[in-house]
Amino acid sequence: MNMRENVVLHVADVHKNFGGLHALADIDLAVEEGKTHAIIGPNGAGKSTLLNVIIGRIPPTSGAVVFDGEVLTGKKPHEINQLGVSRVFQTPEIFPELSVLHNVMTPAFAKRDGAFRINMTRPLDGEAAIREEAEAMLEDVGLAERIGEHAGALSRGDKRRLELAMCLIQKPRLLLLDEPTAGMSRHDTNTTIELLKKIKSRGMTKVIIEHDMHVVFSLADTISVLAGGRIISEGLPDAVRGDPRVQEAYLGGAH
Amino acid sequence: MDFLRLPKKDLITFAVFSVVVLTMPIWLQPFGAAYPGLMQKFVIFAILAVGFNILFGLTGYLSFGHAAFLGVGSYTAVWSFKLLTMDAIPALIFAVVMGGVFALAIGYVSLRRSGIYFSILTLAFAQMSYNLAYSVLTPITNGETALQLARTDPRIIDGLFGEAGAGLPSPSLLGANLNGFEAFYLCAVVLLVSFFIAQKIFVSPFGMMLRAIKSNQTRMSYTGFNTRPYALAAFVISGMYAGLAGGLLAITDPLAGAERMQWTASGEIVLMTILGGVGTMIGPVIGAWLIKYLENIFSAFNEGTLHRVFSFLPDGVEEWVVLIASKFVGEGWHLTLGLVFMLVVIFLPGGIMEGVRRLRAAFPSGSSARRNRRNELNPSAAE
Repeated sequence: MNMRENVVLHVADVHKNFGGLHALADIDLAVEEGKTHAIIGPNGAGKSTLLNVIIGRIPPTSGAVVFDGEVLTGKKPHEINQLGVSRVFQTPEIFPELSVLHNVMTPAFAKRDGAFRINMTRPLDGEAAIREEAEAMLEDVGLAERIGEHAGALSRGDKRRLELAMCLIQKPRLLLLDEPTAGMSRHDTNTTIELLKKIKSRGMTKVIIEHDMHVVFSLADTISVLAGGRIISEGLPDAVRGDPRVQEAYLGGAH
Repeated sequence: MDFLRLPKKDLITFAVFSVVVLTMPIWLQPFGAAYPGLMQKFVIFAILAVGFNILFGLTGYLSFGHAAFLGVGSYTAVWSFKLLTMDAIPALIFAVVMGGVFALAIGYVSLRRSGIYFSILTLAFAQMSYNLAYSVLTPITNGETALQLARTDPRIIDGLFGEAGAGLPSPSLLGANLNGFEAFYLCAVVLLVSFFIAQKIFVSPFGMMLRAIKSNQTRMSYTGFNTRPYALAAFVISGMYAGLAGGLLAITDPLAGAERMQWTASGEIVLMTILGGVGTMIGPVIGAWLIKYLENIFSAFNEGTLHRVFSFLPDGVEEWVVLIASKFVGEGWHLTLGLVFMLVVIFLPGGIMEGVRRLRAAFPSGSSARRNRRNELNPSAAE
């Protein structure tokens, strides 16, 4: 699997110990450009730890994460983002006190102006290009009506759409999604899946962590199954679904 | 000219604010406050509060050490008077620069922490500056006696243009003397410029970044922003405002003492901003004016005045009332300030500006009611 040409994200031999606990061991992962790769596994399998290692929130004990030739390990979150990596959190991380429109305009400035620039000569309302881009993005995710509201007043599902819009407006090359439908009603889950399917055609690479099988099998091109901090199976969805080790991890374990 | 552009609403605010500030000598008369010394204070502390609000109002970082930058500004300005010239312009430039340099140093260290730890760090630095000014740095600050002008000061630039006259020189602006009203108008113009710059920050992308830092710093860094330099920039800008205010204080009275840097002075800046309304443009200005006005009134009261005020009461009662009330005036006026502050924070956490908003909501004015009706008829105009 490692030998393929257009691998864009490479997790190489990552180990993570918390004290004596082996949270992750021997993790090797290669995600091809433009594909959606899902990481699944029972609770406590190390999924979130793995995602946090990829995004640079947690340093691995050993091993490295390479994105498009750049070593992400040891870089700060804003540096990783500036390389074209965006992240959707399990609990939507938005700017509750800002308007919905400003929530989406802010990341557009990070994309245009970089990690730090004091931009105070031209007022916000003179930034027509970024404003229009943000409005189009909100139209895309179905929040056009809520543009002037405080983001903190949105429902859980709408906050998730907003967070997605904030990531997508940066046109990331890699989008990481941490349980994008966690804590959502069936209805919100379905609309979120629809939205994720819609953006699939945009060609960005996605890594998605999910325990909801319905979500995984409707979105993923390839799947890795994590159990006890190790990858126990990986491949195409149908192959993974039929793998007896996966069945055992899900059914024979704590359940 | 992007540099001078503001949204229409803010331009109106600026125009109204300019009129209010420049006509102070007229409308303050009924309040008995239209004398230069007090009006200078109104304007100078408004600059201080507006600058503090750029940090506290936008980023949410609560500095308890801004008086240090005020003091640095004053010392710098007086040194500029002593060494170079009595002209106000170099004094102000140096005061702003030094305020910024100190803010850069203190901010760089303090911003490694946030929340209460940041506040404590700034407080500690300010107290250190205060103690240094009293002890080790006496050659620069003249310690307890405060830094003052002397006839023997070099004043190199002034010396090139002519002999020093008899007696102490006083601050000037391009050759014109700065007494009373002239000094007030200089400060007023500086306030208007400062206010305009603050407005520019509030409506700019930079201002939105600062608000976003306050709102969610995690999202900010995962969005690709390096948050520390943004917060530091806000800290330095507000430190420069404080340095400017300190410089102006030295222009209106060329004397700089360490008590200007004490923590009570830092606390007063915080009170002004919260009392008026954190994060609003006008609120901190109103807070500054209210506190300086009340200070002026209450600290001038003594028992004699109280006896006159309460003379309508029966004798026995009057004694008691005066005894109690006297604790709240004169030296004890901070007790009044504390009470006012408590009432505002408990009942109007958004400060006076929130009170104004609530009143507006309770009694919609004619124009806004009309606007609402129009919007019902024509929803597309509702934006």
